[in-house]
Amino acid sequence: MALSGLDIYKLLPKTNCKKCGFQTCLAFAMQLAKKAVLIDKCPFVSDDVRATLEEASLAAIRLVQIGTGENKVSTGNETVMFRHEEKFHHPTAIGFLLDDDMGSDKLSIALDEISKLNFERVGQAINVNLIALRQRSGDDGFLKAVSEVKRSSTLGLVLMPATAEALKGALEICAEARPLVYCPKPALLDGFAAVCFRMRLPLAFRAKDMGEFSAQVKRLTQQGLTDIVLDIAEYPVSERLWQLTQARRLAIKKSERSVGFPTMAIVETEDTSQAVCQAAGFIAKYAGIVLLKFRRPEHILPLLTLRQNIFTDPQKPLQVEPNVYPVGAAGAGSPVLVTTNFSLTYYTVLGEIEASRVPSHLICVDTEGMSVLTAWAAEKFTPDHITDTMTRFKLGDIVRHKNLIIPGYVAMMSGDLEEKSGWRIYVGPREASGLPAYLKNLPHE
Amino acid sequence: MAEELKYVEKWNSKINELKLGAAKADGGTRGKVFKVGNQASLPYLFKEGDIPFAPIIAAEVYDVPEDDWPQALTEDLKDVFRHPLDWAVKMVEEAGADLVCLKLQGIHPDLGGKSAKDAQGLAVALLKKLNTPMVVLGCGQADTDNEVLPLVSEATKGERLLFGDVVQENYKTLTAACIADGHNIIAESPIDVNIAKQLNILVSDLGMPQDRIIINPTIGALGYGIEYAYSIMERARNAALSGDRMLAMPFICFAGQEAWSAKEARVIEAEAPQWGNARQRGIMWEVVTAMAMLHAGADILTMRHPEAIRIVKAAIADLMRH
Repeated sequence: MALSGLDIYKLLPKTNCKKCGFQTCLAFAMQLAKKAVLIDKCPFVSDDVRATLEEASLAAIRLVQIGTGENKVSTGNETVMFRHEEKFHHPTAIGFLLDDDMGSDKLSIALDEISKLNFERVGQAINVNLIALRQRSGDDGFLKAVSEVKRSSTLGLVLMPATAEALKGALEICAEARPLVYCPKPALLDGFAAVCFRMRLPLAFRAKDMGEFSAQVKRLTQQGLTDIVLDIAEYPVSERLWQLTQARRLAIKKSERSVGFPTMAIVETEDTSQAVCQAAGFIAKYAGIVLLKFRRPEHILPLLTLRQNIFTDPQKPLQVEPNVYPVGAAGAGSPVLVTTNFSLTYYTVLGEIEASRVPSHLICVDTEGMSVLTAWAAEKFTPDHITDTMTRFKLGDIVRHKNLIIPGYVAMMSGDLEEKSGWRIYVGPREASGLPAYLKNLPHE
Repeated sequence: MAEELKYVEKWNSKINELKLGAAKADGGTRGKVFKVGNQASLPYLFKEGDIPFAPIIAAEVYDVPEDDWPQALTEDLKDVFRHPLDWAVKMVEEAGADLVCLKLQGIHPDLGGKSAKDAQGLAVALLKKLNTPMVVLGCGQADTDNEVLPLVSEATKGERLLFGDVVQENYKTLTAACIADGHNIIAESPIDVNIAKQLNILVSDLGMPQDRIIINPTIGALGYGIEYAYSIMERARNAALSGDRMLAMPFICFAGQEAWSAKEARVIEAEAPQWGNARQRGIMWEVVTAMAMLHAGADILTMRHPEAIRIVKAAIADLMRH
C-alpha cells in the first residue's frame, strides 16, 4: 500500500538537518511520497525504515507481463476496488482457449478468425490479446500446434501443456515470446515452477480457494518465482465472483502479498450466450485475464466494448485531437458543423454525419473532454473558443461559404457567435440522432 | 485450523425492500407479486450478506409502436408489436419476462396524441390479461404526463404498480397520485448521486414511504457512457450499505431502450460485415448492457428483445446460485 507524505514523515528523524537537500524532513517526505527522490538521500534513516518504505512502494498486486513487442499484455497492478475511487489500470486481457486436438485445418481457421477480431471504437483500437493452447493430444501433436500458433499469430501465448516434457518442448519453440505457462494439476506445480523460475516466465495455476492459493504462492515465491497468475475456477458464478473480489480486496485492503497477483477466469460454459454473460461479469469484477471458447465478432465486440468502458479513466474522459475533420468526400461547398472533443460526443456526431451520407466538415473544439452542455456551462465551449478554433485551423481556406451549424443545445450562443466569428450561424438538432434528417434538408442550400 | 483467508465488509445497513403488485389480501387483484431489494451486500456476494430476491425483468410494451426499430426487433416482434395485449402475453409467457413495462408513448401530442381514456383502458386491459403487476411510463413530455398518468394511476388504484418517471423539476403531481392510489414510483436523476438523493428526499417529503421509491440512475448503452451509470450506482450502493437511507432505494435500469439506440445494435450486416450477424449483435448489445447493470446493482431491468430477455433471465438464475 502506498504511504502518504505524512506517513513517511513519521518514519524520518524529524531533525530538519537538510542533508537530503530539502529544507525540512516534511518536504523530503512529500517528495518521497511522489517518488521524486530516493530514501538514500537521508543518511540517518534505519534499515527497518528503509525496508518499510521499500515494502510500501511495491504494488499491492504484482504487474505480470505476457508476450513481447507491441502485443505485450500487462495485467495486475490494480489499486482500487471501484473505478470511481481512482481508475482501473490494466484492461482485462481477453484470450481464446484452443485445444490442440481440434485438427490443423480447424486450428488455422480458428487462428484466422481470431486475427480478425480487431475493432475501433471512439478512436481507440480495441483488440483481443491472448491465445491459450491446451494439450489434449500427445506431446507431438501439442508441439506441432504450438509451432503453428507461433507461426500464424502475434498475440500473447498461454501454454497449457499436460506434462513437464511437453512444457520443455514447447518452450524450446516459443520461450522468447514470453508465454504465460499454465499448470494443469497440482502434482506438476513444482516442476513447472522450477522451469518458469529458470526461464523467468510467468506461471498460472488453479486452486480451490484463497487459503490454498496463498499457501501455494508462499511456496512458489520462496523458490524464487515472482510472476504468478491465479486461475480462479470454482463455480457457481457467484463463488467465482466472490474469490475474484477476495483476491483483489485481500491484496489492496489487507496488503496480503500471498494473493497479490493478477487473476484469471476461464469460461468453458457450452452455451455461448451464457458464456458471454459470465465473461461480462468477470471483466467488470476483477479478472485480469479472461479466456473464452467462442470467437464470433457479434459476441466479442460487446465484451471488448464493455472492457473499454469499465477501464476508462473516470477522471479523464477520452478526448479527440482538436481539428477540422472532413467527413466523406467533403469539399469547399460542404456544410460545416461544430462539436466538442469529448470522444463519445464527437464519435456519435461523426457517426450520424456518416449515416446521413452528406459530406461535411466537422470542427472539433478543445473542451477538455466535456460534452456540449457541460462544456458550455463550464465556459469551455463559448463563441470565443469556437472562433479561435476556426481561425487556428484556417476554416476560411477550407470552405468557400460562411455557414456554421451548431448543436441545438447551445442555440443561445448563436447571436454572440455570429458577431464574434462573422459567420452565419444555423442551429442544428439537439441530439446527434437528428443530424441525418437535418443534413438532408439543409436550411442554407 | 488457521483462520480462513478472507476480507468481509461489515455493512451496517441494507437496501429497502420494494413490493411490486398487490394480491387480493392486500387490496389488489394480482395473482403474482414481486419483491426486490433488501440486500445486505454488494451484488452477488452472498457470503457477505443476505441477498433475498433475484433481479426481475420488465419487458417493454408500447401503446403505439416506434417506427425506427432495426430488423432484429421488427422481425422477432412482427406478430405483436401493433397489439399491446398480445405483445405483453408473448413477452411474459414465451420470453419469460417477469412482468411488462407499459410505455405510453402514444399520449405524446406528436406521437399519436392518444387520450387519457385510451391509456387508462390499455392499462386496465393489460392488468386483466396478465396476473402480474406492471411498470407504467409516460411519454416524457411533462404536461401530458402530468395530465394522463394520474388518471391511469387512479384507474389501477390499489394494484401497487410502479409509475414513472418523476424528475427534480417535475415530481409533485405524479407522486401525489401514486401516494393516493397505493403505487410505487420511479425517481429519475441524470447520472448524479446528489440529485438522486435530493429527489428521494423531495419525494418522501411529500409523504411517499421510502420503500415505495426506486432510483432510475439514467443509464447509457454499452459503448455510450454506460460506465458513468455503472460508477454512480456503485457509489450509491456503497453509501446505502454504509447507512445513507436516502440512497437505500433499489435501482431500475432501462437497458432495452438504451441498447437498441446504439449504432452497434442497429447497423445492418452489409454495412458492418466485420461486426458479425446483425440480429445476434443487437441481442448481445442488449444482453451485455443488462449484465453490466446487474453487476452494478440493478434490481429491475426493462428490456426489449425476447431472446435477450431469455438469455438474461437464465444468467440471473445462474448468478443467484450459491
